[in-house]
Amino acid sequence: MLELRNVSKTVGGEEHIRDVSLTLGHGTLNVLLGPTLSGKTSLMRLMAGLDAPTSGTVVFDGEDVTGRPVQKRNVAMVYQQFINYPAMTVYENIASPLRIAGKDRATIDREVRHAADLLRLTPYLDRTPLNLSGGQQQRTALARAIVKNAGLVLLDEPLANLDYKLREELRAELPKIFAESGAIFVYATTEPHEALLLGGNTATLSQGRVTQFGPTIEVFRKPAHLITAKTFSDPPLNTIVLKKSGPVFQLDGGADLPAPAALAGVADGNYTIGFQPHHLFLRAPTPEAVPVQAKVTVIDITGSETFIHLVYADARWVMLAHGIHHFDPDEMIEVFIDTRHLMVFDETGRAVASHEKLAA
Amino acid sequence: MARIDLEHIRHSYGARPQSDADWALKEVHHTFKDGSAYALLGPSGCGKTTLLNIISGLLHPTEGRLLFDGNDVSTLSTQERNIAQVFQFPVIYDTMTVYDNLAFPLRNRGVAERDVDRRVREILEMIDLSDWAKRRARGLTADQKQKISLGRGLVRSDVNAILFDEPLTVIDPHMKWVLRSQLKLLHGRFGHTMIYVTHDQTEALSFADDVVVMYEGEVVQIGTPDELFERPKHTFVGYFIGSPGMNVLPVSVEGAQARFGGTAITLPGKPRTPMGGAIELGIRPEFVRLGREGMPVQITKVEDIGRHKIVRARLQDHEIAAIVREDEDVPAEPHVAFVPEKINIYAGSWRVAFEGESERTAA
Repeated sequence: MLELRNVSKTVGGEEHIRDVSLTLGHGTLNVLLGPTLSGKTSLMRLMAGLDAPTSGTVVFDGEDVTGRPVQKRNVAMVYQQFINYPAMTVYENIASPLRIAGKDRATIDREVRHAADLLRLTPYLDRTPLNLSGGQQQRTALARAIVKNAGLVLLDEPLANLDYKLREELRAELPKIFAESGAIFVYATTEPHEALLLGGNTATLSQGRVTQFGPTIEVFRKPAHLITAKTFSDPPLNTIVLKKSGPVFQLDGGADLPAPAALAGVADGNYTIGFQPHHLFLRAPTPEAVPVQAKVTVIDITGSETFIHLVYADARWVMLAHGIHHFDPDEMIEVFIDTRHLMVFDETGRAVASHEKLAA
Repeated sequence: MARIDLEHIRHSYGARPQSDADWALKEVHHTFKDGSAYALLGPSGCGKTTLLNIISGLLHPTEGRLLFDGNDVSTLSTQERNIAQVFQFPVIYDTMTVYDNLAFPLRNRGVAERDVDRRVREILEMIDLSDWAKRRARGLTADQKQKISLGRGLVRSDVNAILFDEPLTVIDPHMKWVLRSQLKLLHGRFGHTMIYVTHDQTEALSFADDVVVMYEGEVVQIGTPDELFERPKHTFVGYFIGSPGMNVLPVSVEGAQARFGGTAITLPGKPRTPMGGAIELGIRPEFVRLGREGMPVQITKVEDIGRHKIVRARLQDHEIAAIVREDEDVPAEPHVAFVPEKINIYAGSWRVAFEGESERTAA
């Protein structure tokens, strides 16, 4: 088990990591999700022992390892860039941590072949990395991380430099590879979609803080804070500011709307409503759905789906509609907000009712 | 802006190409219409960057001619072709301010300072860097620098074409949405001829009027996003576009029916031509219905990705993927059925048209 207890890191007066506490179990896959500079890499460096925290403790399997350098820890790391030994064959690249550990020849051979098999590198064992595709180069780096048999494996945007389809393939394989090793896996990404495909647990990061940590699909469905909902939304989360007084919602710059029954009990005041692009509809999904008039800006057709970019009052929204739809720029259209899936946040950004509760 | 004709362009990086494999571009013969936005989409090594470099003049093709508005530019330098380019990584002057970086291509051409100012401010607004105009570019983040590169590519309105080589790779997902829709708005407003190289299907499909799908040095299909989705001309297009890609199953075909294992599957029509090569049926996960009707499957995995679920199952000896909506349940004794009008039939990996199908979709 890896525990971070109130870990902070300040570099040159700038806070890179702010009071992070996390507990990660063996055999789990943990995604660090956040935009560039949100602290993903800084946090991984602290986990690995590449950096020491300014304050707080790092505990691994009950032992305080705060400040213990990476060489004295059993950690494997894979980076966005494909890092291999260019002069060595793929076989030797994978074998290198085993040779350093002084394993006997039979053990090395067995483990290299097992890892190569797992990562589908068996046909390329005699080649050097630069004679491989990017995907195969990154598979080599992953295989080396696997044979290291480390208790902690840190993957820093490992698929970011790969082709879309290669990413899809490798991403599907990774959880299987993880499951077998029993290590603690940490995977950093900027992409919400990637976190959802990987599953496991997700910690959302914003400005050096972990804003929420839990099973990935739960963090996505029940963000406890507006910033988590925003971090975990691609396209960006749709939001609207409104004022509740009695049974009426006054939309910012728009009409009055009856408050959905499930929100009737919420105290009067200002709220931010958040909803996902696929919870906006061209036709009312239920009789309770709220109709609003919005202006079309751009249409993105991806084949099976259409992203319709809208402006409502001062808010920019994106609707994800099934099928293909054409609208002219600046056209006013009626769209429906599915009230079963609203996320409601108070003025401090804290969630007051998850859409789960609304649906109940 | 210009129309761009590619006439029988072939390219080999080696001196004496002999076999098919020696050609990085096997043959491309196509016209890019004036004022249209195209995406060149394909995996690494498919030839898309080679083709872009031929258009920009960084490479001279081994064979064929390149015309801008009917004028042969095959032997002209990049500079003489009068094009703007945006690369994968930022190309800017670190010591200049953000403003001066954007003004540079205009001042270079002797544009009046008043027009420079108007244009630069417009671009600053678009890339959301107005507040940074007076800052030096050094010290900016990678994605801010890349936004300046994009801005520099867009700042001149008198170029023949704007070429983009994976310009959003270093940009965060949220900013990608903003920049993509702004590029699109800008294209609508100024009607530049734009050619955009990417391996990302979402980027290609949402950016372009027409997507050029490339595979192993060849163009396998040129079409609108819905054509590529509904009627992939080659199984590679079915695999490459869509996530997960199209399911492909071996079948035999008799009349307007396909046979898979012991099951008859109704087709949208009778295939038009007699077929050679391996016969396959293609059906997208979006059009596989999971329910109590159809062929029995064993579910191997359900991936809940929020807005929908990807169900992976075994159908006889084959893997099949189905997409199930957020609020739909996965049945206890699952069966799959295919939406008949969404089925495509392939012979030797190429799509076979059905009788009565219109020319446009058959093409």
